[in-house]
Amino acid sequence: MTLNTYTTEIAGASHWSLRVRKGTLMRLTDLAGNANVGMLFYNPENLLERYNAPDTLKCQHTFKLTRGNCLYSDMGRIFASIVEDDLGWHESVCGNSNAAQVAERWGARDYQNARNEWHQNGYDAFLVELAKYGLGRADMAANLNLFSKVATDDEGRMQLVSGHSKAGSQVALRFEMDALVVLHTCPHPLSSADSYPYTPVRIELSQAAPVSDDDFCRNFRPENQRGFQNNALYHLGK
Amino acid sequence: MIKHSSRLPEQALSRTTIGAGDYYIGIVKAGQTLRLLDLEGNQAADTLFFSAANPVERYSATDTIREQGNVYLTAGSVIRSNENNPMLEIVADTCGRHDTLGGACASESNTVRYDLEKRCMHSCRDSWMLAVAENPQYGISKRDITHNINFFMNVPVTAEGGLTFEDGISGAGKYVELTALMDVVILISNCPQLNNPCNGYNPTPVELLVWSE
Repeated sequence: MTLNTYTTEIAGASHWSLRVRKGTLMRLTDLAGNANVGMLFYNPENLLERYNAPDTLKCQHTFKLTRGNCLYSDMGRIFASIVEDDLGWHESVCGNSNAAQVAERWGARDYQNARNEWHQNGYDAFLVELAKYGLGRADMAANLNLFSKVATDDEGRMQLVSGHSKAGSQVALRFEMDALVVLHTCPHPLSSADSYPYTPVRIELSQAAPVSDDDFCRNFRPENQRGFQNNALYHLGK
Repeated sequence: MIKHSSRLPEQALSRTTIGAGDYYIGIVKAGQTLRLLDLEGNQAADTLFFSAANPVERYSATDTIREQGNVYLTAGSVIRSNENNPMLEIVADTCGRHDTLGGACASESNTVRYDLEKRCMHSCRDSWMLAVAENPQYGISKRDITHNINFFMNVPVTAEGGLTFEDGISGAGKYVELTALMDVVILISNCPQLNNPCNGYNPTPVELLVWSE
């Protein structure tokens, strides 16, 4: 049986990982508003090749990520392109919430009483998924925080913009190479919500349209044209 | 924030000049203070820190900027690990601002940023790869090499979400000083980049000084 599409809902405070093939479209929908999806990519053929936030930002001269931007590995290749975006800003510099911070803000993770609505944190969520592939703390890189906007002032002070993502907001990634995708739906590390934010997302997987010569992401910047050339070299003969 | 130091170079335990495009790796003990000195000006020093006891614990840009609520590093910044532990503190800074968003240059990212045919130009990551290959005693490998600090580099972020590598705000004789709060391995690539203004298109040496207190 060949599966061409798949839809699932990931509850808040949860994590998942999956292998995604080149040419797959992943559309994420914020179901309740104020979602945060922490995400990392690894090359399944060489797990040392990873999503690289600094290269992604500097190669495209941007602090925010939106439609047109590509998500780069440390090897000059593009894991995925952002082909649709309702929000205009996703951040990739703040990292994860951790156990101590979540406990201080909203109370400790407590499976005995909360079951799967426990106060899971982004750092531990990634560790759980990474361990399934033989990866650990050393392999964690600066992650994406999809749906979250962190803006800075002239002095560099950061602020998480509340109310940025409304219920129903979507972002779609088109995978330009095979990727191991590791993700969580734990709160953004700068969240100051009154209570632990449980923010579910829907994830739809389908086949993306082929990348055309006039593709928006590929032509968004000259750097992205070169990134696509690096991917083409990686897939030489295929 | 500009903050001067009263430490005297002649009282330093060690003074090491790192040539343009070379690396330095060594241990700085808890309580010791290191100074990176921009000898000729406008020179990026791409720097990583690891716990000497266990290099899986290492400098984390995300933890550092999140805990201080600010994307720039300067005097008063606490350098944090991926375990969110304090590793070092910046105790003096005559430059005023250092970058930790831009990462290091690599031959692979150079192909994207500049030209596919620039892949063989020397880069910071290649210096680090040679450093870890030549110094296996530190237990550091490619998986440990990530998001670094760019001392003396100016990468302003705008309120609109822009980010650019600008001409440096450093100059000859400017320095940054850090006191170690744990025993750390310091790994520096004195940046060889010739394609952008981070080194003023002319990489030059930096000096590393270490004091016992």
